[in-house]
Amino acid sequence: MLGSGIIKGLAVTAKNFVGSYYDPARMTTVEYPEQPTVLPENYRNFPFLVSENATDPMGTLRCVACQICEKECPPQCIIIEKSKDKKPDANGKMQLYPAVFGIDTSVCMSCQICVEVCPFDAIKMDKVFEIAATDRFLDLYLNREQLAKPNTYYHQIHPEEAAEVDGRLTADRKAAEEKAKATAAAKAAAPVAAPKPADSAVAPKPASPAVKPQDEPRRLVSPKPGEGGSPLGEGGPAKSS
Amino acid sequence: MSPASDSYLERAPLELRDWLVQFLPEPLQWLAHHLITVVAVLAVFGTFFAFTTIAERKLLARLQNRLGPNRSGLPWIKGLKLWGLTQPFADAVKTLTKEDIVPATADKWLHFLAPVIVVAFSLMTFAVLPFGRNMIPVELNAALLYFFAAGAATELAIFMAGWSSRNKYSLLAAMRALAQLISYELPLILSVVPIVLVAGTLSTKAIVLTQGYWTSGFLPHWFVFTPWGLAGFLIFIVAALAESNRSPFDLPEAESELIAGHLTEYSGFKYALFFMAEYFGLTALSALGVTLFLGGWQAPCVFLEFIPSYLWFMLKLIGMIVFFIWVRGTLLRLRIDQLTRLAWKFLVPLALLNVGNAAFWVLSAHWAGPLQLVRWAVSFAVIVIPFVIMGRSLTAGFAPRTYRYAS
Repeated sequence: MLGSGIIKGLAVTAKNFVGSYYDPARMTTVEYPEQPTVLPENYRNFPFLVSENATDPMGTLRCVACQICEKECPPQCIIIEKSKDKKPDANGKMQLYPAVFGIDTSVCMSCQICVEVCPFDAIKMDKVFEIAATDRFLDLYLNREQLAKPNTYYHQIHPEEAAEVDGRLTADRKAAEEKAKATAAAKAAAPVAAPKPADSAVAPKPASPAVKPQDEPRRLVSPKPGEGGSPLGEGGPAKSS
Repeated sequence: MSPASDSYLERAPLELRDWLVQFLPEPLQWLAHHLITVVAVLAVFGTFFAFTTIAERKLLARLQNRLGPNRSGLPWIKGLKLWGLTQPFADAVKTLTKEDIVPATADKWLHFLAPVIVVAFSLMTFAVLPFGRNMIPVELNAALLYFFAAGAATELAIFMAGWSSRNKYSLLAAMRALAQLISYELPLILSVVPIVLVAGTLSTKAIVLTQGYWTSGFLPHWFVFTPWGLAGFLIFIVAALAESNRSPFDLPEAESELIAGHLTEYSGFKYALFFMAEYFGLTALSALGVTLFLGGWQAPCVFLEFIPSYLWFMLKLIGMIVFFIWVRGTLLRLRIDQLTRLAWKFLVPLALLNVGNAAFWVLSAHWAGPLQLVRWAVSFAVIVIPFVIMGRSLTAGFAPRTYRYAS
């Protein structure tokens, strides 16, 4: 009969009304500032830099300033400047480190390409979304100190992914150690008297100055970003390449 | 007079008014008398409007398993939320401070006058509603006629709004709104005619008084408890929903399909005035429904008469509004052709039959004993059988809809 559907519908909404007071499972609303939101494992917004040690984040950054992410970044929001000196990394190998590493989050489009291209697992996607700021240039530009977060934090926000990365890194480290041992053994076996053959990390040292000059001119031409003044000029990062 | 009619609470509002009036010189007393009534109606129904908006939002949310607005508290106390009950005042401040944009080519005067007229006419309808025993702003013999005349004048304002905006979408929407409002004016008035027929008067005060008896103390003689009254009430509710532009008949400003219909070019407080007029119209129509069908300010049982009459009126009014909100939270919007088909092919014939039904009821008023049962059965049959038959023909070929997927 005409109207029976209306009565059925009214009964459904009446049930909803009563149920909304007695059955919390019906309510999907999360009252956000009071109740913490549970983000899904694969949620991402802006990148951060992984450091091995929480007490010395700048000294133990995984980043070796290879600048692959800077070159790959589609909106060009990453600004890297290589260091002049070298520091030993987690494997004890001497590596360059980023003297300047900045990400302009107002430009970043959260594409994760920097994470995908990084051969050192040094840059990962963060989950911090409460990033409201009062200055749209300075406050949204994150420098090296703000970006560096310990590996333990990475384990907190992306447990599965971090475990996979750690497993891979330790495997690599072991392989490197074994290789080093093997080469050391081979060198020890060889009649050549080498004082410290195991320290192969020092070996490529002469090669690095050769690389540096290639890169330096480009950075010198472009206006110096980061450190103090606004990294962006009037119309965004003035990067000439 | 029963003792209830002169209890202290019953007389208090009227005596307060008379006490205030007597301070003024004789020639000004009639003016003050009416001004106080107007201010009281404005204050009560203004507040009522404010809390209807928040109640509507909260109820709609609960009907859909949501929480509804619960944030706004008091601005100077942090952490105090008051269940979001101060939301309407925050909304008022917001709409008052919003920029008022008038299109460059608009007819400035009409554009300004439309919201004023729509609010004025929807407020004028309150003048003839009996809010309680002896509490009626203006006693008119032709109160019903006045009510529908003032109510229909708001339709003019809607067309003014659409025309003066100098926007083709506004104009088309205003014409659509007019088509709907005029279509539903007819069933609305026809559903009320049986009352006039049975009560023999157009005065709202007298209509309430004719419903003021009880069978054995607890069965009220409200018109809704008669077959023709029930049918009239249902037609009245459907037509009132359409007249006040409410879901499922909210086509004039269907939020999800149109920008805002005839309100497209309105912003800030002018828009709020239209919104206000819509709620005043809804409240006035609900109050008329209460007056005509639900016994007005009469208590449902004799022993409940100790509660003052104006509270009974407000309770019934709130009940009607909650029902309208419940319907809004449930039903889907009709298409314009479905809307007009429902009015002209279903509600109007049914309302006309109902007028005949009421005539039969009046003619058989002297029937007694077993004939009384025959009277009720005939009256029910006259309304239920055509309802079923016409309901079938109305949905034939349209429902239930079958969907076929492409193979």
